[in-house]
Amino acid sequence: MLSSSTKQALRLGSRFSRPATHIARASCARASTSAPSNPPSPEQPRTTSFGFRTVPEDAKESLVKEVFDSVASNYDLMNDATSFGVHRLWKDSFVSGLKPGRKGPMKCIDVAGGTGDIALRILDHAREKYYDRETTVDIADINAEMLKEGYRRFKKTMYHNTPQVAFHEANAQEMSKFPDNSYDLYTIAFGIRNCTSIPAVLKEAHRILKPGGTFACLEFSRVTNPVLNSLYDQYSFSVIPVMGTVLAGDSASYQYLVESIRKFPPQPEFAQMIRDAGFATGKHEEGGAWTDLWGGIACIHKGVKL
Amino acid sequence: MRPAMQNIAKSSFNNCLRLSKPSVQRSVIAFSQQSRSTSSKPNYEGHVPLSWFQTGLLTVGSAFMAITNPRRGDMVAALGETTAGPSLSWLRDQMLGSAEGRKILKERPRVNSSTVSMDQLAQLPDGTLGKAYVTWLERCGVTPDTREPVHYIEDPELAYVMQRYRECHDFYHCICNMPVNVESELALKWFEFANLGLPMTGLAALFGPLRLTPQKRARLFSEYVPWALKCGGSAKSLITVYWEERWTQNVEDIKKELGIWDAPPARWSRPLSEAKEAAERRARQASEGASNLKTPNA
Repeated sequence: MLSSSTKQALRLGSRFSRPATHIARASCARASTSAPSNPPSPEQPRTTSFGFRTVPEDAKESLVKEVFDSVASNYDLMNDATSFGVHRLWKDSFVSGLKPGRKGPMKCIDVAGGTGDIALRILDHAREKYYDRETTVDIADINAEMLKEGYRRFKKTMYHNTPQVAFHEANAQEMSKFPDNSYDLYTIAFGIRNCTSIPAVLKEAHRILKPGGTFACLEFSRVTNPVLNSLYDQYSFSVIPVMGTVLAGDSASYQYLVESIRKFPPQPEFAQMIRDAGFATGKHEEGGAWTDLWGGIACIHKGVKL
Repeated sequence: MRPAMQNIAKSSFNNCLRLSKPSVQRSVIAFSQQSRSTSSKPNYEGHVPLSWFQTGLLTVGSAFMAITNPRRGDMVAALGETTAGPSLSWLRDQMLGSAEGRKILKERPRVNSSTVSMDQLAQLPDGTLGKAYVTWLERCGVTPDTREPVHYIEDPELAYVMQRYRECHDFYHCICNMPVNVESELALKWFEFANLGLPMTGLAALFGPLRLTPQKRARLFSEYVPWALKCGGSAKSLITVYWEERWTQNVEDIKKELGIWDAPPARWSRPLSEAKEAAERRARQASEGASNLKTPNA
């Protein structure tokens, strides 16, 4: 019996591959997470954080799915509203720092890339700066609703129905349908904190990248300046859920998103996790392995597979 | 985040476009269960404590949303709650001033399809309030189950008063014999403003007509508004009426007692699909429940 998300994916045509989610959930890696989890015992299930709540590991995926099913149709509007459009600057910085297409056509994969912001920027950058129309981006996302939005948005661009973009429903922790050593660039923007197990995501990223390939992650992170941090917290917890209620009729999803930012590991810790997965990074300091944007509100982490 | 609540968002402003939004019910439960920016605990189920700053933000935001997209019943409700101010205390005092009102405050009756038996009411003789109510519900194709619960009022008793006002809105429709199209809703908002004085009804009364065509607006102000102000202003405060105890009473007698007379004739259109959808949903849930019972134990 096909789930409705599967039916949707199949309806949307050959661009969508067979959804791997039902397989993915069963074989989801049970590595430890960054959040404090209970010591595993025979009876007690492993737990992870869902915002400030603690939930069984198995539950996080479906809870996150509910969040993104709910926000998908308003995702871009809410991004613009809550960040006052600044997220566009961050994404521009992120992609232009990667210089896709500089050394010839690249095979890129944008994970948790649902609505296609990064993929579109990669393709545009390669085209405009390097006259490159052979670079391809595979957009992978666990959530069919987000992919649907991305597919819809891409229809407005020149890449629709070209080999340059493809949409895949896949779990970042379990991407077995993507072969080893096949990508030059792996990007994940504002998605990794929603994954149940960050080490599993990093491991898969390492596997599917070619030697010499780049791993790049754009994510909300810790603000170092205490004054800015206090203002940022106030804004996040007071304003954003109310904006969610007004604009999207959904404050809980935005409450989760805001809380999940606080639960994500700080920059040095995450950089170490990237190294533990087998990547080589820059020096273990700001400007090396990671680059803070807007004081640390967002941060770009990069690593290279040796 | 499982939807546990019975009531879902309803537009009390533009009932031609009644829509339910499942994400709202789920989101509000989750919001009140998760940590909030203010450290206060909820005072009642569904209560979402907000700081004064958030309340201000919500007022402005919901006002904007309510006028641009009246389908967002949750925003109309939120605006009503954030702008209520002292009017709810005033209404509560009115209720305390009458024996019937005091009984309502003590017993806190709710109006939805589980507390009000539609089948029983349908069997009452013609001319009774119960029969008139059920007939009106069917004629308009609506159900009492789509009222947004109260979230942003601090005091539980005042939250109940607000909830009672929302749930009795359909009774006002029934007693004044008005359908659920936009003109009639606006006429009723004028009536409620004159009778109850809630700021939200005033806002709706002032800004709602902007969404009407000029002809309908002209009719509203020439015929309905004078009726609404005269009738609403002189009638007994309807928040003190214990409708559930008056099912068998004759409608005309009730109207005489309350000092209400019929509005100018309105345009009745086809029934909405709201009630039908709700009935189908209930039937589906009932059959799922029955099939679960039939499943043999492993």
